Amino acid sequence: MFMRNAEYLAILAAGLFFLASTNSYTQTPNLGMPIDEQDIAAWDIDILPDGTGLPLGQGTAGEGKIIYEQKCAVCHGVNGEGGISPALAGGDPLSNGIDTGKTIGNFWPYATTIFDYTRRAMPWFAPRTLTDNEVYSLTAYLLVLNDIINEEVVMNANTLPEVRMPNRDGFIVRFPERTP
Amino acid sequence: MNKKDSTRVWKDLGPAAENGLFDRRAFFKGGSVLAAAITGYTIAKPLQAQTLSDDPWSGSAGTPSGPYETRSRFENDVVRTMTNPNGEPRSQQSRTPHHMLDGTFTPNGLHFVISRSGSPDIDPEQHRLVIHGLVKQPLVFTLESLMRYPMVSRMHFVECGGNSAPMWSPEPLDADVQGLHGYVSCAEWSGVMLSTLLEEAGIDPTAKWLIAEGSDSLALHRSIPLSKALDDAMIALYQNGEKLMPGNGYPMRLLVPGWEGNMNVKWLRRIELLDQPAMSIYEARTYAPILPGGKAYQFYFLQEVKSFITRPSPGLSMNGQGLYEISGVAYSANGRISKVLVSADGGQTWAEAALQEPVLSKAFTRFRIPWQWDGGPAVLQSRAWDEAGHVQPTRSEIVAARGEASRVPSLNGFPSQHYNGPTSWQIDQAGEVKHVYA
Repeated sequence: MFMRNAEYLAILAAGLFFLASTNSYTQTPNLGMPIDEQDIAAWDIDILPDGTGLPLGQGTAGEGKIIYEQKCAVCHGVNGEGGISPALAGGDPLSNGIDTGKTIGNFWPYATTIFDYTRRAMPWFAPRTLTDNEVYSLTAYLLVLNDIINEEVVMNANTLPEVRMPNRDGFIVRFPERTP
Repeated sequence: MNKKDSTRVWKDLGPAAENGLFDRRAFFKGGSVLAAAITGYTIAKPLQAQTLSDDPWSGSAGTPSGPYETRSRFENDVVRTMTNPNGEPRSQQSRTPHHMLDGTFTPNGLHFVISRSGSPDIDPEQHRLVIHGLVKQPLVFTLESLMRYPMVSRMHFVECGGNSAPMWSPEPLDADVQGLHGYVSCAEWSGVMLSTLLEEAGIDPTAKWLIAEGSDSLALHRSIPLSKALDDAMIALYQNGEKLMPGNGYPMRLLVPGWEGNMNVKWLRRIELLDQPAMSIYEARTYAPILPGGKAYQFYFLQEVKSFITRPSPGLSMNGQGLYEISGVAYSANGRISKVLVSADGGQTWAEAALQEPVLSKAFTRFRIPWQWDGGPAVLQSRAWDEAGHVQPTRSEIVAARGEASRVPSLNGFPSQHYNGPTSWQIDQAGEVKHVYA
């Protein structure tokens, strides 16, 4: 009898501990449906500066130039000098003024942002229709237009994050106390 | 309560600053026999003595109210101005007409919108919000499921990081308050605290950032510190009591109170917890203002303390000497507005304005002060302080720290971002109001 009471108390204590430790969960509706990462893959398109998220595939500037002239030049200019949409290549030194036009060459700190934005948002009329190889090729071409890589360099998941952008160290974190 | 005490009349408390500014309490304490009507700003036809009779609209029954009320046809010119009225394949910016509004809410039809590829036509029953990345269990939510969650309602302003960009011009642009400051609005947002959903998914201890991403054609995404997400971020479902407007993210948007408008991601469909920022185009390029010398600020999250006068302002000219109310809005990402000063002599002398209650954190605060216009030249300015002790910089202070555009931009241009200096309205002897630097 004594043992049975002790067992009962132990079970009761364990149950109370369980309730206490999961209290924050039981207070909310918990209506999110579990989902596997592979079922999110079509939406999970962000590329991080260290290359996380870059897909298989590759491309070079020569292939990129052909795609650029077909799908990009109409808005961004034949040589990336800008048009209805912003310039992508060239650009003045940033010390020319606070309103200096920002290009990939004079401003963008990470090459991965080129791949990310091109794949998710371009071309404006048909976003997310480019193949991963086409995006690698366009990224390579834009880097060549800005004299950052040579024409023969192949862009892929290994080489793209290694590209050192000219303005990589040109930034000051505005609110360091709020920036992890 | 004595009816007279609640009437807003002019009590002769004496001037509080030069050029006609009265003590802020003058409007709020009754009891004086010196009651004077507040002069309107633009009166097309001065009222003349006449014998009153029924007007045409009083002689028969009016129009029955419809299922969704629309405003009087006489108010149809109170509209947003648009930067891309023909819908070319680029951003469309719609500016709030502050000079036509009062109070602290922005009506939903007049809330500013910056839309980079239009508003997607989202079926709320098909829409999904997924939370994944550095979490114990990735989760997907429907709108129906979110409607079951405990909700909060909060008044918050949303301001584009590029609001007031024309103020970077080296010469004052001939523009009104809508053109200069139209990319800020304030609404009551209701929805589910993001922290609730993140805790259900289980936050991995290595998570430091998250990205929020929309279901618009550009899949716009921004990186947000996890600390902000857990502090006061909300999945907003309602705007001023009704479901979000399409331009403001229907059926759900992220609200990061007080932080750069672009981070309040609309048409929200995905949140991914990360150990690093994604460096999306908007944090890597667009909202990273260049500083004098060529460095650039990165992660300029906060919309710092700011104020501007909405009445009088260009387009609302004076109508003869007399007593007027100067009115405007003030707001800060750092909490409540604690004080607003107003000058009528270009910043030489200042008087403290009354703050309309309730004064709420990270929300518009309406300020008001009585002003006797003597018909002479005047330059009106306002400066705001917040409860964290930040003060709106003078124009010379902000230009010294941040520079000026190298050339005069168009009103639609964005030579830089995050201008929070003062705005000066010059009043000439004809009563016309013009934007100047002072």
